[in-house]
Amino acid sequence: MGRTLAEKVWDDHVVRRAEGEPDLLFIDLHLLHEVTSPQAFDGLRLAGRKVRRTDLTIATEDHNTPTLDIDKPIADPVSRVQLETLRANCAEFGVRLHSLGDVEQGVVHVVGPQLGLTQPGTTVVCGDSHTSTHGAFGALAFGIGTSQVEHVLATQTLPMDRPRTMAITVEGELPEGVTAKDLILAVIAKIGTGGGQGYVLEYRGSAIRALSMEARMTVCNMSIEAGARAGMIAPDETTFAYLEGRDHAPEGADWDAAVAYWKTLATDEDAVFDAEVFIDAAQLSPFVTWGTNPGQGAPLGANVPDPASFEDAQERIAAENALTYMGLTAGTPLREVKVDAVFVGSCTNGRIEDLRAAAAVVEGRRIADGVRMLVVPGSVRVALQAIEEGLDKVFTAAGAEWRHAGCSMCLGMNPDQLAPGERCASTSNRNFEGRQGKGGRTHLVSPQVAAATAVLGHLASPADLSDAQQLVEA
Amino acid sequence: MEKFTSHTGRAVPLRRSNVDTDQIIPAHWLKKVTRNGFEGGLFEAWRKDDAFVLNRPERQGATVLIAGPEFGTGSSREHAVWALQNYGFRAVISSRFADIFRGNSLKNGLLTVILPQETVERLWALVEADPQAEVTVDLEAREVRAEGVNAPFELDENVRWRLLNGLDDISITLQQESDIAAYEASRPAFKPTTTPVG
Repeated sequence: MGRTLAEKVWDDHVVRRAEGEPDLLFIDLHLLHEVTSPQAFDGLRLAGRKVRRTDLTIATEDHNTPTLDIDKPIADPVSRVQLETLRANCAEFGVRLHSLGDVEQGVVHVVGPQLGLTQPGTTVVCGDSHTSTHGAFGALAFGIGTSQVEHVLATQTLPMDRPRTMAITVEGELPEGVTAKDLILAVIAKIGTGGGQGYVLEYRGSAIRALSMEARMTVCNMSIEAGARAGMIAPDETTFAYLEGRDHAPEGADWDAAVAYWKTLATDEDAVFDAEVFIDAAQLSPFVTWGTNPGQGAPLGANVPDPASFEDAQERIAAENALTYMGLTAGTPLREVKVDAVFVGSCTNGRIEDLRAAAAVVEGRRIADGVRMLVVPGSVRVALQAIEEGLDKVFTAAGAEWRHAGCSMCLGMNPDQLAPGERCASTSNRNFEGRQGKGGRTHLVSPQVAAATAVLGHLASPADLSDAQQLVEA
Repeated sequence: MEKFTSHTGRAVPLRRSNVDTDQIIPAHWLKKVTRNGFEGGLFEAWRKDDAFVLNRPERQGATVLIAGPEFGTGSSREHAVWALQNYGFRAVISSRFADIFRGNSLKNGLLTVILPQETVERLWALVEADPQAEVTVDLEAREVRAEGVNAPFELDENVRWRLLNGLDDISITLQQESDIAAYEASRPAFKPTTTPVG
């Protein structure tokens, strides 16, 4: 019987397999950041261990870093200590680190792919659940906890139980204005926040093959929001074209050998998935969340749902709690929900294509009075590219704030936070209670919806802008 | 890792589903560089409400958390496990756990037990009616016991063995060092490497 993409990559990384034990998997790339690594390095020191493969390890600073005044000492002393701890640990153990101010600094899941380190058929781990992003290249990539970070640092392996596989097949063409973000939010709403538990998802079908690498990363990024540790897409010409010529991509004969191998990875025609989900791309529309978990979403044209409409008791209670927290009334059209803030950025939607899409919507327009819009590039490289294209000027001319690269308001570990009760349309990945700041309310949206929402002051798509009065006179 | 054989204690019923790790320990607590001192951040936002179950006087000193489905979704932060342990919890019972949280818990000796939702409901009813009711989580016998409840649970045998003996994963893996070295020698030349330091 044939094998799936996930099974092929898994099988190629088994160091040891024994009855009654988890497989011992080799890890090709280990990404580190400041938040989930300090206790792991402490563990190494306590046990007198080294980093086994510094040449397969790389670190960046992202979660804690400020997006303003980056040339000044970090104001928050606790954040500063955590960043200094990463710098000291990387120096002591010989790990390459891209610090604040370095041209390769940025959100870890944006940096790995743009350096060309994330490659098809590799295993990639990081102490961050959005490591699933790298699956867009046909890598088996998953988030791990700090104990596992220490394990990989010490051994370059992880004992893992073989996951089941689930195909998410999306056929057809996405309608105009419908993006990868809308697609993945619709997938999560369909299978639920636990639907992918224990599975590696493989996104397939004509709608997936038509996506750019940036869009594929957006899809795979949010696999964890459906409960799946990893999501993958078979590598193809789009993948190879993205990788060729990048700093760490293979060259010459190595490139040819790599591409030949990468082409063998696609799921065999006779392979069988443990579960399958089908989605008709033509039926999708701009999607937004109304609740406090990423599965609580609906098309932008829908109303805030009535909790009583949920048959499952747990879902009903969760919806009631969510509406209370979000300050929403059942039956309200989602388009009438007003926002205080808009966040464009994160490992989900902080890449150049996302900034271009948001800029195209706000270009020549002003964001609504009373709305604060923060644009945070996913990495310094993305920021530089955007500046070269003049996107920073487009955003600032519209009244948005153009910031330095980092995780920023996706999780509010740095000063970029919502105030209690503030409502935000956010291109990030989690609408959990307090995620973007204590008492803050988050609606997950695409960059296009975020930008249109900023202009109109309420949840909206670019299609709603045609009659808008916000067009600035030329 | 601390050994886990069997534990008996009073319980906290947490009637919420999709309790994500941002609720268990908010992000601003993640700036700490230690594995301890997280108890104050456990369920921080909800604890501001005096009526929240963890704040009730009768729940003080409880060591078993009985939660709704999809417990521990979201971020990979192991701090969520440390916060529960620092607060005094030894075991969490739910009908479904998020994968990364579950893996983290079992690597730290916090026993996460999966029971059918109907059993969780019976345990909720029991400990809500009698806050003094004790719940036993017995890893040797692989069962949860309380008054009127005797529920077997499944756990991977290898994980159970590690927990019962308090074994360190890294030490076990390092015994396979020759296998790792052999694998490394067979890796293709085109695999990526990072830029060395210095």
